[in-house]
Amino acid sequence: MTWGLDDVRVSFGRRTALDDVTVRARPAEVTIVVGGDGAGKSTCLKTLVGLVRPQAGTVRRPPKQRIGYVPATSGLYADLTVQENLDFIAGAYRLPGGQRGERERQLLERTGLAGVRARLGGQLSGGMQRKLAAALALLHAPDLLVLDEPTTGVDPVSRVELWRLISGAAAQGTAVVVATTYVNEAARAASVVLLEAGKVLASGSPDAILRAVPGAVGTAARTGAGLPGPLSWRRGAGWRVWAPGGELPAGVEPATPDFDDAVVVAELAAQAGR
Amino acid sequence: MTPVDALAESAAVWRRFGSHVAVRAVDLAVAAGEVVGLLGANGAGKTTLIRLLLGLLQPSQGSVRLFGAPPSVSGRRRAGYVPQTLGLYDDLTVAENWSFTAAAFGVRAALPASVAGVRNELVGALPLGTQREVAFAVALAHRPELLVLDEPTSGVGPLGRARLWEQIRQAADGGAGALVTTHNLEEAQECDRLVVMADGRVVASGTVAGIVGDRTVTEVRSADWARAFAVLDQEGYEVQVHGQGVLRVTGQAADVQKVLAASGIEAQARTVGANLEEAFVALVSGPAFPGRAVPGPAVA
Repeated sequence: MTWGLDDVRVSFGRRTALDDVTVRARPAEVTIVVGGDGAGKSTCLKTLVGLVRPQAGTVRRPPKQRIGYVPATSGLYADLTVQENLDFIAGAYRLPGGQRGERERQLLERTGLAGVRARLGGQLSGGMQRKLAAALALLHAPDLLVLDEPTTGVDPVSRVELWRLISGAAAQGTAVVVATTYVNEAARAASVVLLEAGKVLASGSPDAILRAVPGAVGTAARTGAGLPGPLSWRRGAGWRVWAPGGELPAGVEPATPDFDDAVVVAELAAQAGR
Repeated sequence: MTPVDALAESAAVWRRFGSHVAVRAVDLAVAAGEVVGLLGANGAGKTTLIRLLLGLLQPSQGSVRLFGAPPSVSGRRRAGYVPQTLGLYDDLTVAENWSFTAAAFGVRAALPASVAGVRNELVGALPLGTQREVAFAVALAHRPELLVLDEPTSGVGPLGRARLWEQIRQAADGGAGALVTTHNLEEAQECDRLVVMADGRVVASGTVAGIVGDRTVTEVRSADWARAFAVLDQEGYEVQVHGQGVLRVTGQAADVQKVLAASGIEAQARTVGANLEEAFVALVSGPAFPGRAVPGPAVA
């Protein structure tokens, strides 16, 4: 069963938050929704799990008790201990005793939280809180796992642990949807939706998105020769340049676009189209 | 080796809090015109080090110099700081925030063009990317010679990030130095040079290529990736999924191939160069971090 949004429109008053957005969530696959602050990622995920009702389009999702959802803020009880958080969620989903102990043990081990069972949720580091929230959402082995920016502000070691947890869920057949502002995380996905200002700028596999970058992308070492310009941006000490027609200016070396370039080009193209 | 014109530098600096050692024998220098990235897991000592460099904390041992002298209020006036929380007044307009900071630093300057369009908006009502641009403009108002930036582009899309980096680079091209702390490895790759801290120490420094060095990981491609993931994970390998059917595994290709073959999984394993994230995890997961990123067991 493929879950997801089809041609969904969501408005809050006069403001259109999502405009004709399609996101597919297939079992045993990770779909990543990438976009900056205000792109509509949270609205997209809330619509998918049923917290926001769309004005138009179709939403397909499993029954509520088969969904695991972690909002961008928290997702755990700060005044309960790690163990109490687990007990509370296990109780809410009526998990049978035997299955519950084993599942808890696995998740605590995978998240490195086994040593802090007695610590209050609110006293965990930011990275530990995000890992606990993800573990709580996975406790009942959901069919659809939806995580809103699980890795924002998390240190790279915890980030890798979180991704191991997320990928492990997909490996066991769960359909996973993750929102992120970190473009490099897109490489981890089977499928990527690039969202900006409520619109889908590009979607597909990471490779397909790279192949579809229009025109040519190049690099220039220094300022000058028309740099900076409207179609150039900084990359390290040098510049990147996009030539929509495919002809790079003199002094600009052709480059193979990476995902970061693909996203910037899509944003520049969208701006030009406005 | 410390450049003579270091804007901020520490030499064998230590800082203890009671029995806890936050910074251990750290040498760091930021020169004019360079952008230095400071990376580390939470609790690695980054924030303590920055507070030492700015003179907001005294070293337990070792020395710190800011603009060639012991850190002082007059030294700090020559630095600009943008915290992750931006340090703006949400309930003042952009223009009011600007005048307030300009007055505090005794600067007479017009609001920069980049944020003039939102001059009468309350900062709290602006999108995060725009708030960050305002925070930059305010921090750069007194033309600081040293910028200290904490996750400067967190939460901003790639184009917004590139635009903010244009401002950082412009300041560096004009001779300022920048020290950027970040968890965001995309942001780290924008820096000229990186310093990686773990457990209070500097565990690596240099360019991205230098830090990654000749580290490798094993890339596994398999139609049965889900089972390959489960088997390798179970065996204690650090496994990350990179696209559909592709795994990146910390360990030797031959060992990984053997483990998979033993479980009857068809897969192609090959050695590939590590990325910055993989190098970082390996660097900070030394003996000081038991239980993390344990290398895969040898297969008999």
